[in-house]
Order: sequence, then structure tokens, then C-alpha cells
Amino acid sequence: MKLKQVLAVAVFAGSLQGAMAWTITGAGSTFIYPAMQRWTLHFKQATGNVVNYQSIGSGGGILQVTKRTVDFGASDAPLTPAELKKRHLIQWPDAIGGEVMAYNIPGVGNYQLHLTGKQICDIYMGKIRYWDDPRIKATNPKLNLPHIPITPVHRADGSGTTWIFTNYLTKVCPAWAHKIGFSTSVAWPVGVGGKGNEGVTNYVMRIRGAIGYIEYAYYKQNQNRLKAAVLENKAGWWVAPTMQTMLAAAKQANWKEAMKHDFYMELPNPPGKYSYPIEGPTYALLPLGKSTNSYVLQFYTWVFNHGDADLRALDYITLPDFLKKDIMAYWKKHGLSW
Amino acid sequence: MIELKDSGVVSPAVSMKRNGRVGNTLFKIAAFTASALIPIVVITIFVVLFIEAYPAIKAFGVWHFITTKSWDAVDNHFGAFTPLFGSIYVTIWAFIFAAPISIGVAIYITELAPNWLKPIVTTAIELLAAIPTVIYGMWGLFILAPVMQNHVEPWILDHLAKLPVIGFLFNGPGIGIDTLTTAVILSIMITPFMSSLIKDAFGLVPEVIKESAYGLGATRWEVIRKVVIPYVSSGIFGSGIFAIGRALGETMAVSFVNGNNHNPGSFLDMLSLLNSVTTITVTLADEFTEAVGRLYLSSLFYLALILLTISFSTLAIAKIIVWRLERRWRT
Amino acid sequence: MEIGKKMENVRIKTRVVKSNVMMILSTLAALYGIVFLGWILISVLYHGYQSLNLQFFTQDPVPPGMPGGGLKMAFIGQFLITVVAALIGTPIGIMAGIFLAEYGRGTWWAMFVRNLADIVISMPAIVIGAAVYVVLVAPLHSFNGLSGSVALAILALPYITIATDEMLKLVPKEMREAAYALGAYKHYVIRKVTMRAAKTGILTGVILGLARMAGEAAPLLFTSFNNDHTTFNLLKPMATLTITIFVYATGPYHEWHEQAWAAGFVLTFGVLIAVIIAKFLVHGGSFTAPFMYVARRIAKINKG
Repeated sequence: MKLKQVLAVAVFAGSLQGAMAWTITGAGSTFIYPAMQRWTLHFKQATGNVVNYQSIGSGGGILQVTKRTVDFGASDAPLTPAELKKRHLIQWPDAIGGEVMAYNIPGVGNYQLHLTGKQICDIYMGKIRYWDDPRIKATNPKLNLPHIPITPVHRADGSGTTWIFTNYLTKVCPAWAHKIGFSTSVAWPVGVGGKGNEGVTNYVMRIRGAIGYIEYAYYKQNQNRLKAAVLENKAGWWVAPTMQTMLAAAKQANWKEAMKHDFYMELPNPPGKYSYPIEGPTYALLPLGKSTNSYVLQFYTWVFNHGDADLRALDYITLPDFLKKDIMAYWKKHGLSW
Repeated sequence: MIELKDSGVVSPAVSMKRNGRVGNTLFKIAAFTASALIPIVVITIFVVLFIEAYPAIKAFGVWHFITTKSWDAVDNHFGAFTPLFGSIYVTIWAFIFAAPISIGVAIYITELAPNWLKPIVTTAIELLAAIPTVIYGMWGLFILAPVMQNHVEPWILDHLAKLPVIGFLFNGPGIGIDTLTTAVILSIMITPFMSSLIKDAFGLVPEVIKESAYGLGATRWEVIRKVVIPYVSSGIFGSGIFAIGRALGETMAVSFVNGNNHNPGSFLDMLSLLNSVTTITVTLADEFTEAVGRLYLSSLFYLALILLTISFSTLAIAKIIVWRLERRWRT
Repeated sequence: MEIGKKMENVRIKTRVVKSNVMMILSTLAALYGIVFLGWILISVLYHGYQSLNLQFFTQDPVPPGMPGGGLKMAFIGQFLITVVAALIGTPIGIMAGIFLAEYGRGTWWAMFVRNLADIVISMPAIVIGAAVYVVLVAPLHSFNGLSGSVALAILALPYITIATDEMLKLVPKEMREAAYALGAYKHYVIRKVTMRAAKTGILTGVILGLARMAGEAAPLLFTSFNNDHTTFNLLKPMATLTITIFVYATGPYHEWHEQAWAAGFVLTFGVLIAVIIAKFLVHGGSFTAPFMYVARRIAKINKG
């Protein structure tokens, strides 16, 4: 009798937790997606609540959260305070990540290709078309570069990863700044478009002679088929994308200043000897006034308290503790409770 | 008829009477309403698209939008030329590949196949039509594109790209993700529709006419080319139009292998089979959920409206032509 | 005279050779089609079969790099959305077909609707999805499975209508007249007599319409969207096999590619089996049946 009662209570309690579990939907950045996958899985295991995150690109995240068809958005392209006000949103960073220039050149191994910002510009503007171009050989004298055409892979969808990448190109290349500019979606002069970080990674892996910009986690998860380039940073040093260089770049972020502008920041091409040049924070967007706001904040509180291990496993940079506190104060400032 | 109330048995005529006139009218109204839903849905779709596209129509006009090449989300300047051209161009090539194959298949089934083989081949071709389009796309990306990149396109680049007048058609990176692969996949997709229609059309030619041609000493091919095909030319024409309409509207089979390139460069570049382009359907699929900005989303709806109009008009015109040809034959 | 005869022989031989060449080319064309069919099916079979196991059907996905996981949410979502679409589209389609065949035969309205249906069948599916988004997603502030069902129902509707119309037209008028002679009312005749006679053909049309709609992904892109978790809530985003294949195949992870193949295997062979069953039911029911309308019109020309 006692056992049956215990079982009955257990089943009841279990179903009660199941009944009280909520579901929210988020969409946006493919940049943060590898981390999101783990966060949502562990969050569900810890609390039973379900976060359904769809990786459709930062542009999609911004649009869908503005239209309130999702409960939160994610974007690596931050919105300006004016934009946030217009759309009635707030934003905060949840991680920082580096972008790798991944390439598929037969005979060239990992961390062997050295590229300057100007060279990347010229490749993506179509001025350098073959891998054995003298301009590339200039920085890679010892490499045996084959005579195959370069296929620059970019994003076909609206992308925060593109925003960070083109922000970098704008800073290192006056021609790019003048002709094209930086945004989530630009008028690419050449190249093939992939959908999401996933699509770009896919194309670079498949196409001989391809090069593409992808978030570090995507490179890490496919290291057997992707190679990363060593880049020249603002201080003139050659840096490979490693935890050390990405951390150095992250340290250059001036959060005190950014906090005054809803955490808006343009991090690419930071100063510092060890700084990796193509890097940026990625943000969460909250649609003010939606009934699910408190659930979203519950999720993100969990992420701040327990999500760092998942970030480190994929070589994202975690946020410093003071920043997390500032973010939660920011939530309170907007009258939110969770 | 007498109603045997006590035994509970009711004759059929009586139970029919019970349903009665009211049932008749209700049923007719229900059926009519159902049939009216098709035009209602079509009109609703056009209206909805027009309303959503209106800001872009007002901003860019009609002619300007169709002829502008730039698609710039930063400057908020959008033009339909590239995706529109891509849609039409890929479809044309798919048709060029599919037409001879479809006619060949139809000829084989009606003239050459032994009777026991006919239904098998017919079914096999029909199964091609039943394969979901995502599968075509996935297969194209995983299986066909590497074959194109590693075997077919290097050969084309080596031999055909250097030809004098038509060489520009074959210039390009040759990565397997391009117009050629897209056209091949699309052509396989529309072949069943075309060949099925042509086969049925061939089957309608009276034996007498064919026999008399043979009697005059014509060869098989001559009978087909000079007797059968002219006889059912309107049907073949109609089948071609339906196939084109289907290809124009295809998203999935195209988006995996076409390269999504919204800025392919010069017009000559756009014409190359080994270059990647974009189509209206793929642009919609890629950019719809993320078009930030009223004008951006509106431009996408404008594209959708243009595609719908072209698709609709093409099919409607084809129907009118077939109808006209019919009337001419009758009188 | 001799030379003339020789030239004549040469000419005839050329024509015969040309004819034979053309016939060989035609055979090759048929072979081309069959080769591609075989290639596609065998690829799907070979790659898909390897990744099928029990947890593929019973578990939701896990992040790449972690073991296990499946596509349970896609199977359930696909099933739900397809069933609801069938529930919406089939009754309307059949009733519309009944109207065209039984009440409106020969009228301009029937011709108009029938031609319109023919055109809607070939309308770009993604455009339909975009329109449904405006009506059923934006106002509700949420992607939802129901809007996906509506989009699919719009795709299947003309197909079922035309199939019903065609099949009812094939029922000999004697059958109807016999029922009328017994004093039955029209709607009774339709429901109990004509429909019963045509039911196999109509069933075939319904199955083929549903099979075509089950394989669509484009109209679902902005309606039912996608979901990583199993849900039965039609008012929320829902996963489907087709969308999952699209997302996974274009992704970079090897595990995703394997699962895309496996999902493709289930989807393809599910649809093909449905089509083959439909063909068994009615000898001559074809996936391209509505287009037979064109062929039949030509028959009318040539008979007259």
C-alpha cells in the first residue's frame, strides 16, 4: 500500500512538473546556435522547461522578434539605442565569439595560410582570383599554393556574422568602406551564398578552393575538413584563432562605455598585440511587453549561472561577472521581473 | 408506399423523401460554396500579395523595379532583375534539357516498348514525379554536385569554354553549385509531366492516319515527325507550358544547388552555365524570415507577386491557345 | 536508269538509318529517365538505411557531437500537419468536384473553376506560403502548425477537385438515371450512387493529392516554421520531415547529413508506396492526371 502511494505521489509530482513546464520560442543568430543547442538541452534537463531555438540568421531574429512572432531573438549585429526604441526591444550580450577565415585548399594545412585584411578585402571584391596570385604568395612565401580559382563564400541570408565580418573589412580597407559598407546583408561583388553559418561551412567543406568566414565553433566542430587562416591584427602581428588570441581581443571590449548605449559595440580589429581581429559579442533581444518576458529572463539567468561550461566547451568567450550583474541591473531598470 | 410502422421497416422511397427538398438545396449550396473557394483563394492570394507589395510598388514603380540589378539592403534599394532573370534563365535551360528527353520517352513508350514493358516504364517515369522536391535538392547537393564539380565541369571548362562564339556560356568557377546543375535537376523533375502529356497526346492519334503514312513508305521517324507530332502539336505545346510553369515555381530542388548569388557580376557572367545565380523562389526562401525593414519585406512580396503573375499568365495563355486551336480544328 | 535506281536506294537507306538512329535515341532517353530514377532511389536507400534505428523515431534531437538523438518531433509534426491539411482539403475538394461534375457540367462557372484549378496546381508553392503567413501567422504573432496545414491544403485542394470531377464524369449517366427513376432526390443520388461508383477513383485522387502535398517544404518555411522538440500544439511552431531535411542537409554536421538521408528515405518511400497503392486501386490513375485534361480536349478535337 505504501509503495503504491509513494508511486502515485511521484507520478503526480512528475506530471505536475510536466504540466507546469513552459515552452518559449527564440530565433536568430546561427553564430550562437552551437551554444544554444547545449544550453537548451541542459536547461530542459535541469528545469523541464523547453526553449525552442531556430537558427535562421541574425536578420531573421531581429525581424521576428520585432514582429513578436517569437519570444526572444538572437543577433550578432547589435541594434542602436534608437533602433531598439523604435522596435520596443532591449538587448544584451550573452557571449563573445571569434570568426575564422576557413579555407579548403589542397595541400595547405591548418594555420598555414597567412592573410592580411587587405588581401581578404581583395578576395571578396574579386580583385584576387587565384590562390597562387603573387599578392597572396607575398605573405606565404613557403607555401605551395596551387593554381585554382578562389571561391569566396559569403552569407545568402541576413547575418550578424556578416555584420561583424564586414565591420572588420570596413575598418581595414577604405575601398570596402567606400563601396560596400557593413551590415547584416551587403551587395557582395563575387562569390557563392550559403544559408547560415551552417551553409557557409558546408560550402567551404565541399568546394575546392573555397574560403569563408564562420564562427569559431563551426570550425572547431569540423576541424578534420576545415583549415583556419592566420590573420594580421591591428598591431601588425600575425595571430591564429586560438583561445588566447580571442580572449585578448575580448579584453579590449569597453563595456563601461557600451552600457550607456544598450551594450552596442563594434569590436572587430581591436588594438593589442595578441588580439584576434575578427571577433564580436552576440546579443539576445527581448520584445518588451510580451507575456513570456519573465520566462526568457529565467532562461537567461540560468545561462549566466550555469551556461559558461557549455560556452567554454565550444571556445566561445564567456562574459565577465561584472557584466552579467550589469545586465541584470539593466533588466530591472526596464521594470522586468523574473 | 405503405409505411410498415410497427415492424420498424421503412421503405427506401420513404427514407429518401425524408431527406427531402431541404437537403437538396443545402447540399447544392455546400457544393457550390466549396467550388467557389478555389477562385476565392486565388483572388485572396493576389490581393494579399498586392497589399504587402504596395510600398515597394510605390517606391520603385514597375519598369524600374524589373530592370534594376541592385539588391541592396543597406541602401534600401531593391531591383528584381537578377532573381527574375535567374528564374527565367534556369527554367529555359531546364526546358531545353527536358524537351528532347520527354519526347524521346514518349516515343519509346508509345512506339518501341514491348507491351509488357509499357506499364513498367510508364510507372517508373511517373514515380519520378512523385519524389518530393526536397529529396531532389538533397540528392543534387550530396550526389550530383560533386560529380559535376569533379568530372563534368572540368571537362566543360577544358573543352567548351574556349570555343569562339559560345564559349562565354561555359566560363565560370565550375564548383558544381551553378546554373547547369540546377537546370539538370529541374529538367529531371519536369520530364515526367511533359512526357506523360506527350505520351497521352501521341496515343490519341488515330491508327488510320499512321497506317496510311506507313503505307506510303514512310519510316517510323518520319511518321512521328511529320504526322504524329503536327497532329498533336497543340498538346505538346501545352505540355511544354505546364512544365515551364512548374519549373518557374520550384524552390527546394533549386535552392540546394544554385548558389544563391544575388550579385553575379556582368550580364555575360550571368549567362554562363557554370556560374551561380539566384531565382525569385530562392530569394524568397532565404530572405523572407529576416527582411528587416518595411521596404525590404515589401520588395520580397513584390517579387512574389511578379512570379505569381508570370506563372499564372503563362498557364492561362497556354490554355487560351489550346482552346483556340481546338476551335479552329472544329470548324 | 541504273544510277537513278541506285540513288533511290541510297536515299531510302539514309532515311531508314536516320529513323533507326532516332529510335535508338528515344530508347536512350527513356533509359536516361530510368537511370536517374534508379540513381536517386538507390542513393536514398543506401544512405538512408544506414542511419535508421529505433531512437531515430523515438527521440528528439541532441546537439551534434553528443550521441543518440532522433527526429521524433519531425515525424509527429509531419503526421499532424498532413492529417489536418487532409481534413481541411479533402471535404472541400470533393464537394467542389461534385459541384463541377453534377451541378455545373457545361456551365461557364464550372469551366472557369476547372481551368483555375488547373492553374493553381502549378502555382509556386512558396508564394502560397507567403500569403498564408500574412493571414495566419502575422496576426497571431506566432508561427503555427495550423497555418502550415492551411498552406498544404490549398496545394492539395485543386488536385482533389479535379480528380473527383474526372472520376464522377466517368460514371455512366444510366446509373444516375436509374436512381432518379426510383424517385430519389439529387443529393441522395450523388452521395449514395454516383460517389459510390466513383469512390475508388476519388480515393486515388485524394491519395495522390495528399502524397504530393506531403512532400512539400517551401510553403512550410514561413508558416509552421520549425521546432527542436516534440509538440502537439498546432498553434505553435511545429517540425516537419521536409523542413528538417532542408535544414539538416544544408548544415555542416555529419550527423545531420546522416539523419537527413534517413528522413529522406522514410519520406520518399512513404510517398512512393502511397502512389503505387493509388495506381493499383485505379489502373490508369496517374500523378499527372489533371494534365490529362489537355490530352482529352485534343481527343475531342480529333474525333470531331
